[in-house]
Amino acid sequence: MVQTQDRQDEALGDATAPATLGAHDVHAWFGDHHVLGGITLAMPANSITALIGPSGCGKSTFLRILNRMHELVPDASLAGAIDLNGRDIYGSDVRATDVRRRIGMVFQKPNPFPAMTVAGNVLSGLKLCGMKTDNPDGVVEHCLERAGLWNEVKNRLDQPGGALSGGQQQRLCIARSLAVEPQVLLMDEPCSALDPTSTLRIEETMHDLVKTITIVIVTHNMQQAARISDRCAFFNVDEGSPGGIVEIGPTETIFTNPTDPRTADYVQGRFG
Amino acid sequence: MRTGSAPTLAVVTDRPEPVRIRPRSFHRRDAATVAGCAAASLALTWLAYSQILPFRGLPGFLLLWASFNFLIYYVAVRETQGRVVARDRTMASIISVVAIAIVIPLILILGYVTLKGLRFLRLAFFSTTMASVGPESPSTQTGGLQAIVGTVEQVGIAMVISVPLGILTAVYLNEVKGRIVRPTRIFVDAMSGVPSIVAGLFIYTVLVANGAGFSGFAAALALSILMLPTVTRTCEVVLRLVPDGLREASLAMGAPEWRTTWGVILPTARTGILTAMILGVARVVGETAPLIMTAFGSATLNTNPFSGPQAALSLSSFQLFGSSQTADVERAWVFAFVLLTLVLILFVVARLQGERRRS
Amino acid sequence: MQMPTTEERPQAAIPARRKVVVVRTRSDRVFRRLAASAGGLTLVILALIGVFLFVKGLPAIKDQGLAFFTTQVWNPPPRGTEFGVAAILYWTVVVALIALVIAVPVSIAAALFVTEFAPRRVRRPLTSLIDLLAAVPSLIYGMWGAAYLRPRMVGISAWLGRYLSFLPIFKPTTAFPIYGPSAFVAGVVVSLMVVPIVTSVVREVFSQVPPGEKEGALALGGTRWGMVRAVVLPFGRGGIIGGSMLGLGRALGETIAILLIVSPLFQIRANIIEAGAIPVAPLIANNFGESSGIALSALLAAGFVLFVVTLLVNVGASTVILRSRSGRGVEI
Repeated sequence: MVQTQDRQDEALGDATAPATLGAHDVHAWFGDHHVLGGITLAMPANSITALIGPSGCGKSTFLRILNRMHELVPDASLAGAIDLNGRDIYGSDVRATDVRRRIGMVFQKPNPFPAMTVAGNVLSGLKLCGMKTDNPDGVVEHCLERAGLWNEVKNRLDQPGGALSGGQQQRLCIARSLAVEPQVLLMDEPCSALDPTSTLRIEETMHDLVKTITIVIVTHNMQQAARISDRCAFFNVDEGSPGGIVEIGPTETIFTNPTDPRTADYVQGRFG
Repeated sequence: MRTGSAPTLAVVTDRPEPVRIRPRSFHRRDAATVAGCAAASLALTWLAYSQILPFRGLPGFLLLWASFNFLIYYVAVRETQGRVVARDRTMASIISVVAIAIVIPLILILGYVTLKGLRFLRLAFFSTTMASVGPESPSTQTGGLQAIVGTVEQVGIAMVISVPLGILTAVYLNEVKGRIVRPTRIFVDAMSGVPSIVAGLFIYTVLVANGAGFSGFAAALALSILMLPTVTRTCEVVLRLVPDGLREASLAMGAPEWRTTWGVILPTARTGILTAMILGVARVVGETAPLIMTAFGSATLNTNPFSGPQAALSLSSFQLFGSSQTADVERAWVFAFVLLTLVLILFVVARLQGERRRS
Repeated sequence: MQMPTTEERPQAAIPARRKVVVVRTRSDRVFRRLAASAGGLTLVILALIGVFLFVKGLPAIKDQGLAFFTTQVWNPPPRGTEFGVAAILYWTVVVALIALVIAVPVSIAAALFVTEFAPRRVRRPLTSLIDLLAAVPSLIYGMWGAAYLRPRMVGISAWLGRYLSFLPIFKPTTAFPIYGPSAFVAGVVVSLMVVPIVTSVVREVFSQVPPGEKEGALALGGTRWGMVRAVVLPFGRGGIIGGSMLGLGRALGETIAILLIVSPLFQIRANIIEAGAIPVAPLIANNFGESSGIALSALLAAGFVLFVVTLLVNVGASTVILRSRSGRGVEI
């Protein structure tokens, strides 16, 4: 539906293929503060991987490393490798902007652009990436449909983006991310600021999206993780150490029969 | 019940220290592109200058070079990395060059005034007046004493008037918070926009033309109109920064409002108020226009600010600059240099005060 | 058997609110009144300025009638009988516009550089240097402008008059045009004075852009400039307009620098690079010495017009900044 007008980013391979993300021994620092230690995790294509764990153990930091947002913080640094279908996203011939187009992100606090209309918001990603389309209205409808928002806003497309409710704004942000046709969608506690009904709508949306997009979600809500994810990675942090993964596995296993006792303690609500 | 050893978090101690990377968006080949475009545009500008266009002078050269550079750079990046990146890189370089270029006139001005002024400045400047200077005197013989005395007295009286008033107004806006706070704030803002010539004109009409004649005091009144908004606004900001907890502690002990303000708030904001005073002085010490019609200027020393025309650093500089004699114009630069140095010192002191307050 | 129903509670009446009466000590009452009068004094001074200038300027307006606003020449008694502010107001606006056209884009660039593009270590020193431009007295700008800049701008002015003469602002009006003491040079010098004012406001506004929106733009794959265009500039629009209005107020009232650079010309003319211009403030400063009676009254009338215009512009600027989304916390 959209064609990239600019130089193609061949370094990251076919932009339409199902995408597996892999993290290999990833560390993160803010200045000299070692916040993430040795994360190795595979996030398979067309599945939902949930990152769970108590606050402060580096889940969001790890997520931001996946789409090269971590390096925007002035004294941040990292180690290890992240690959998209086998290609290193931190390679010297890879542009961060290309990575972020293919690996989109939805934030905890919905952040639609208030200066743009609803339609303008959906198309803003295309403008920012230099992508052209000869059917903008079609793109707007298609993305809003996928985000589960079309019926509610189809008559309000030229209202400002900030005029919607919280749940609608978040779905608008999802639609906006979808417009640039990402291979992966990262979601950083997308429902934590929303009411239960909106949360449900977004979870339904995720079920549809995952057929074509790989999703990685950070969530504090264990029931949500149990509902929607295929695999879970349990993060934890001890006093004075960097955060790390305790256990990875299929969601069923993590919640009913975890191997590590700390995982069991967490999913049963004994801490966190 | 534990079965076997639980997998631990990644242990850092027994692994080799991971290699830290800080991803950069500007690589060596990007630097090469910048350098190459700069060189190409320089060559093009040289060609244009010597062969094609009848331009002269350095500013034109730099302007042309910059324009060619941005153009070539945009095209170069667009061909290799696409239009989006080209727009980003070119705008970034335009913005950077423009922002840094602002500093150039500043350096030119400071340099020029120093060059022209220092040349004829002698120590006698600070102890003699222009009355001792005759038409045949060399430019190195300049008397600035009457101007220095004038500036000090006029600014001093202006401070005595506007600093207490400014603090009191700021106290009203921030502590007392009466009924006319909103209009008062609007009026303070409006007053800061009053052109200095209008302030001088006003005092001239009210005081000077009505019989009092020219005087340093009239100048001081005009200056205080200009100084008051600066002092008020800075003091208001400073008072706002005083934590509410201090006010509450004092009031909770039963102290009346005025004691709280006088004994707790103002002393806490002491350094900030000092900064406000310095900023106010810096604002008015260089004013010339209002002085033309209030202090009027003088070649002789007049230590009485309440009667008779008085000189000032800015005013004397202005009047000498307009003279037809080259010696006078050269003297004008001496006055200007002393004035500029004074303003710079005040500026630096105010900045350092601000820094200390912040830390 | 009757189904249990929720017991109906007797409606308790909501008590009326108490009005708290503040009884202050005598010293506090005095203190508050004193502070209030300080606040009111500002209004009194402003009103006095307006009233005096108006009253003393009225004789001149009465003398000329409405022609005061349409006459271009300035020949008050004893030199002549006709005088008006048409040319004076025209040049005031022209010089201010030239200054703004240069200063506003430069200030936006400087503010963007300091908030988005500059390495962190450069930010504070550069900001201080730009603020230093505001501290330099306008007299110094005028002297430097007249002695250093004006002769050096003759070349550019001549070039513009020769190659861009299809534009009315550059088209020569005589066979041997004089370049130098022109509105163009004055405008350039005034722009140096306006830049720090506009930059300071716009910089504060840009620094308050919600980081979430900026991240959103970057996460979509936008470049830094793309993010600036999509998020920072729209957010800062109110600050840009308000800051420009503040700069306009400054430019309208600038006296000494313009006085030292231009040679008076009481005539409305499109060309800005040739010698001749006479805004209000320099006129007052220049002619004050030799004026009395009607002539002085004329100057006062012109001064009143300047006073009112700058007042409106400044108050308008504050309102625009405070009302905009970006300006809520800005100190100007």
